[in-house]
Amino acid sequence: MKKTIINAIGTGVFLSAAFSLQAHAETLTISCGAVGAELELCKEGVKAWAEKTGNEVKVVSTPNSSSERLALYQQLLAAGSQDIDIFQIDVVWPGMLGQYFVDLKPFSNGAEKDHFESIVNNNTVDGKLVAMPWFTDAGVLYYRKDLLEKYNQQPPETWEQLEASAKLVQEGERKAGNDKMWGFVWQGRAYEGLTCNATEWVASFNGGTVVDENGKITINNPQAAKALNTAAGWVGTISPQGVTNYAEEESRGVFQSGNAVFMRNWPYAWSLSQAEDSAIKGKVGVVALPKGGEDGRHSATLGGWQLAVSKYAKNPKLSADLVMYLTSYEEQKRRAIKASYNPTINALYKDKEVLAATPFFGSLYETFVSGVPRPSSVTKSKYNQVSTAFFNAVHSVVSGKEKAEASLAQLEGQLRRFARNGKWK
Amino acid sequence: MSQSSRQRQRARSAWLFLAPMICTLLLVAGWPLLRTIWFSFTDASLSDLNAAEFIGWGNYLYKEDGEWYGLLADAVWWKSVWNTLTFTLISVSLELVLGMIVALALNVNFAGRGLVRAAVLIPWAIPTIVSAKMWSWMLHDQFGILNDMLMGVGLISAPLAWTADADLSMVAVIMVDVWKTTPFMALLMLAALQMLPKDCYEAAKVDGIHPVRVFFRVTLPLIMPAVLVAVVFRALDALRIFDLIYVLTSNSEDTMSMSVFARQQLVDFQDVGYGSAASTALFLVIALLTLAYLYLGRKHMRVGD
Repeated sequence: MKKTIINAIGTGVFLSAAFSLQAHAETLTISCGAVGAELELCKEGVKAWAEKTGNEVKVVSTPNSSSERLALYQQLLAAGSQDIDIFQIDVVWPGMLGQYFVDLKPFSNGAEKDHFESIVNNNTVDGKLVAMPWFTDAGVLYYRKDLLEKYNQQPPETWEQLEASAKLVQEGERKAGNDKMWGFVWQGRAYEGLTCNATEWVASFNGGTVVDENGKITINNPQAAKALNTAAGWVGTISPQGVTNYAEEESRGVFQSGNAVFMRNWPYAWSLSQAEDSAIKGKVGVVALPKGGEDGRHSATLGGWQLAVSKYAKNPKLSADLVMYLTSYEEQKRRAIKASYNPTINALYKDKEVLAATPFFGSLYETFVSGVPRPSSVTKSKYNQVSTAFFNAVHSVVSGKEKAEASLAQLEGQLRRFARNGKWK
Repeated sequence: MSQSSRQRQRARSAWLFLAPMICTLLLVAGWPLLRTIWFSFTDASLSDLNAAEFIGWGNYLYKEDGEWYGLLADAVWWKSVWNTLTFTLISVSLELVLGMIVALALNVNFAGRGLVRAAVLIPWAIPTIVSAKMWSWMLHDQFGILNDMLMGVGLISAPLAWTADADLSMVAVIMVDVWKTTPFMALLMLAALQMLPKDCYEAAKVDGIHPVRVFFRVTLPLIMPAVLVAVVFRALDALRIFDLIYVLTSNSEDTMSMSVFARQQLVDFQDVGYGSAASTALFLVIALLTLAYLYLGRKHMRVGD
């Protein structure tokens, strides 16, 4: 049974790379995501490097769903496969997959010092730099400039202000005839995205990060419970009941059709909201997510993707060279301007051309730098279990099945199961 | 040559003929099964199977600081057991009743019967992974045809999230499974109906007995063995259900079956030890039910003799 399951997923996904034994030119294989413009951008960047160095690079596109992608990578790597030299990995995977990757420090010439420190730390496992940051992501708050102006409201600083503004505008607009209007949409489906949303709420109320950097399980605290109960209060009042089944695209659908005042989402939604066919073109503002009360803090979950070199790569040195090229200043700048992928290099947030393409890269610089990491480095191979347990616990609170206090106490017990004898491995 | 030595020789050659098959079975079924059972007593991880250490019953049940841990103390596992049993009971019952109705209808002589028989089999012929994906689009809350039709006739006022809503997702899974496997049940029962002797029916007709009574007193007892085989086959299949549920609702705890749970542990969580424990438990459940069926069948036969 186990065998068949593993084989069923693993087979038929790739054709292995050809062993072309040309005299000088090497052939590398890289896996790239294929969401939106990703694959096209990746191919362009890779081609430029291949022409520059005279080597050949094969680009393999992988499943869009990150959990499917992870399962596939895990099987390839566990089997010691040489099919792929360079992996595009999610920000929460270094802890899980780090053991399979080459330390890039010898090849980077200190380039990582120009990148966001939080991401570099996230990609450093047991002192090894297992992946280079490629692009970053952070949760931000989108709002309707026109509607806030109409009702004389400011962009919210705290969740309480957001609730008040959302209620006011929602009721006013419904009276004015739009009975589909909602105050706030976000991602409440039981999946990794809810982990991201809930991590932001908890951190904004100073409730920690589920598991702290020393591996201690900290989620069962009053501030975290307060954060989740606050979020549960939105459902059915300023957020539709259906929000507990929304992922990114469902919430964007509601916001972009003009039926929501506020939306929590990733930066990718910006260029789409400004597209020609968008109902809200030119009416959108972006700010950092609200604080949990006056002494809370603005927080955004750290997302984004990295490039790592497999320790089974046929030519680690050359593979690392390609990684360094793709994550370089010029290449990140090209990607930022062309498709508004967030750079991971500090200096690019002051680059005039980049800022002209996406203005909030400048105003939200602090948000992108100080993203809250999910507890993936510390929980290592157990991160997936921790995240699944966390989003299921949060989901039962926001869908009204139980109160946060009870749910978090239960979650703590569950998390203790994953860390046998208090050790994450 | 005496009677008994000839019998012995025949038994020997029978074993000889069976040997290749038994070896093959041991290789392809026995070895993986034993390996899975072995892994269930270790803390193996998918990232390094060789580093597995023996931990005894640690994956099944152990006590630490006065708290029980392990599979048998895992609420999610019991939820998946419960889901699987619910699913099996409801879907197999529905398939039995509907399959019987379809079989009785197809048993009547009418023009174009062969064509209808072939058409009925289509849901069974489509690979599950394909029909599940197809249904998942039809059940989609935003642009599924099912919500569109229901709203069209005014049965619902807002679209329903068939595959995501905690209360509806099991209903959706059972509905699709019934659609898919009713033809299989119908076919098995139709085969039994075709074998029935005509004379009982003629006698019943002469005596003027009501058709409903004839069905329960004559038809049903005669086709009972075939019905039982069909039900047991379906039940064993339903207990192992994986593909349909995984495609429709992914890893959601509301519909998670035992197989889905095992896969999540093995693949998503890399926990080969724990996942193997779940697989072994699933194997035990099915093995016990099969043994119970065989035992009851034998007893029944003896009573029949």
